Amino acid sequence: MASGTLYEKLWNSHVVSEDGSGNSLLYVDRHILHEVSTPTAFDTLRQTGRAVQRPDANLAVADHSVPTRDRGGVIADPLARAQVAALARNCAEFGIPYLALEGPRQGIVHVVGPELGFTLPGALLVCGDSHTSTHGAFGALAFGIGASECEIVMATQCIRQRRARTMLVQLEGEPAPWVCAKDVALAVLARLGSGGGTGHAIEFAGPVVDRFGMSERMTLCNMAIETGARIGLIAPDATTIAYLEGRPMAPGGAMFDRAAAAWRTLASDGDASFDRVELIDVSALSPCVTWGTTPDDVIAVDGRAPDPAAAPDAAVATRIAHALDYMGLAPGQPLAGLPINAAFIGSCTNGRIEDLRSAAAVAAGRHVRPGVRALVVPGSTDVKRQAEDEGLDHVFRDAGFEWREAGCSLCVAINDDRLQPGQRCASTSNRNFEGRQGRGARTHLMSPAMAAAAAIAGAIVDVRAVMA
Amino acid sequence: MQPFVRLAGPAAPIAEDNVDTDIIYPARFLLRMEKTGLGDVLFRDRRFTPDGTPRPDFVLNREPWRRATILVAGRNFGCGSSREQAVWALADFGIRCVIAASFGDIFRGNCLQNGILPVRLPDAALADVAGAALLGEEVLVDLDAQRICLSGQRSIDFTTEPAVREALMMGWDATEMILQRERSAIAAFQERHRAANPWLFAQGACP
Ligand code: SF4
Repeated sequence: MASGTLYEKLWNSHVVSEDGSGNSLLYVDRHILHEVSTPTAFDTLRQTGRAVQRPDANLAVADHSVPTRDRGGVIADPLARAQVAALARNCAEFGIPYLALEGPRQGIVHVVGPELGFTLPGALLVCGDSHTSTHGAFGALAFGIGASECEIVMATQCIRQRRARTMLVQLEGEPAPWVCAKDVALAVLARLGSGGGTGHAIEFAGPVVDRFGMSERMTLCNMAIETGARIGLIAPDATTIAYLEGRPMAPGGAMFDRAAAAWRTLASDGDASFDRVELIDVSALSPCVTWGTTPDDVIAVDGRAPDPAAAPDAAVATRIAHALDYMGLAPGQPLAGLPINAAFIGSCTNGRIEDLRSAAAVAAGRHVRPGVRALVVPGSTDVKRQAEDEGLDHVFRDAGFEWREAGCSLCVAINDDRLQPGQRCASTSNRNFEGRQGRGARTHLMSPAMAAAAAIAGAIVDVRAVMA
Repeated sequence: MQPFVRLAGPAAPIAEDNVDTDIIYPARFLLRMEKTGLGDVLFRDRRFTPDGTPRPDFVLNREPWRRATILVAGRNFGCGSSREQAVWALADFGIRCVIAASFGDIFRGNCLQNGILPVRLPDAALADVAGAALLGEEVLVDLDAQRICLSGQRSIDFTTEPAVREALMMGWDATEMILQRERSAIAAFQERHRAANPWLFAQGACP
């Protein structure tokens, strides 16, 4: 058999049929649903009288529009309340497992799927959400789809896709202390650019990835979509298998052993050829921040915003000028020392227990600068429970952070959490787009430790200076 | 779905790269649960001031582009969030074709689900179309002939995958097509797949 990449193997093992022009019909093993992208899909099912093929292959949870405090009562925003109620009602009607908002397992789709063992290596997993790339950290063929496609998947158990080109991102070296998976993800973005990964499935490999735990691998794959690549992949290994063993929805007993044996074979062949290969050495990497309005506007924390006058062409100069204007920055302005109004620690990029531990290590014994609003929003209710078991909630509260319930919160700002125009936020989320954290809000992406350090300093700062 | 064969109209130039779906359809309107009537939110923060007054300098507020049926964009148009609301808002405004240097993959797929034709052009051809768009000329997009016609007999060819072209021209419903044509193939695949990967069909109960 010809040698192949992991992506090609996963693809080939899910092809139901091919149409001869590069599009294949693929079988879907797992579909995760949230409240924002699915209402119209259920409407279509109802209107057409179609059934959900395999209700057990679906899992639903509300995350985007849910409030992250005062969770006991009625959701104040009537639109959000209706959206969450619609998801619960639709799931009941079609027999789809639903993790209740009030229950112990609610959380962000991309945190909950892995946590429950619903996400498995070798599975084809989709969700009406672009950060579905996160699940590729398990060696699952996982990608985001649109709302119409959610209906297609439920009604047919399949999805039509065009095969992607393959890219290997080989991560070499050893990150310095306080340089973490988020910084590596930002470094990848700096290399590839927003759009540089479009049409590709990226496989991350190398010693850096081998040493990463599942949480860090998820951070990396989560942000693959910001390069335009719909898929970020990591071959499953002993770390993956150890993570999954005993998870509630993962196979159990002898079935787990059988599955694990199959998962160990999921890897790119040594002589497999990729359409593109990028080698990145992370040894010299500093903690990173974004200065602008696309996630590839990345610089080291001691760097300066670019100067449009130095841009290679007029189009780039215009874009830089526009982004600087939106961000309230002068050309060449240093980022360190820039005062912030808010800090956000959470999201499907950095809302897992390891992320909270890292931020708590910075927060411990220190205090949030007066005037700064700092939120810690666990990625799932289970992460929240774990953090509370470890006493992290006290660490954060004592340091002046707000300790919230699980949800997307300030990552998307369609819930109660949003910034005012002009406010500047140190954020562990994944998108610094215009208006992403509220109309006119200014987002600087960074790691959990860096966001915690910024909250304490009241300004963008190198976490290593705070910890020194 | 409304079939797409030929379309003529003013083409609105959006001369910017990386126009993400948060710009096309800001997140704060994602609580709406319908897919019709979203045109008022299209490019909301570019098109209107915070109090809802149209910004006179934004292209879709100007003649003839208030009646645009085509958008001419740059690189990586529709990147970012998978929100199909971005496409529904375009459709509600009256846009049925987006011509760009490249697209966000999920956005492109969402266009196809809604009878909107995404056309990818190389830089020089795109600059030609953008120039005509900027002059407010009528642009004709012919999917049947896979050709864009500009004034003065100028034309530009483009390619679309045969299956995509056929689906758009026939206005097919994607789910219906799969159920009609692939039902037995799916059933057969599922049996093989289950035999090879039984753990994918035997997950623990949802807690
Ligand atoms: S945390 Fe942010 S990126 Fe992740 S699913 Fe929620 S809104 Fe999307």
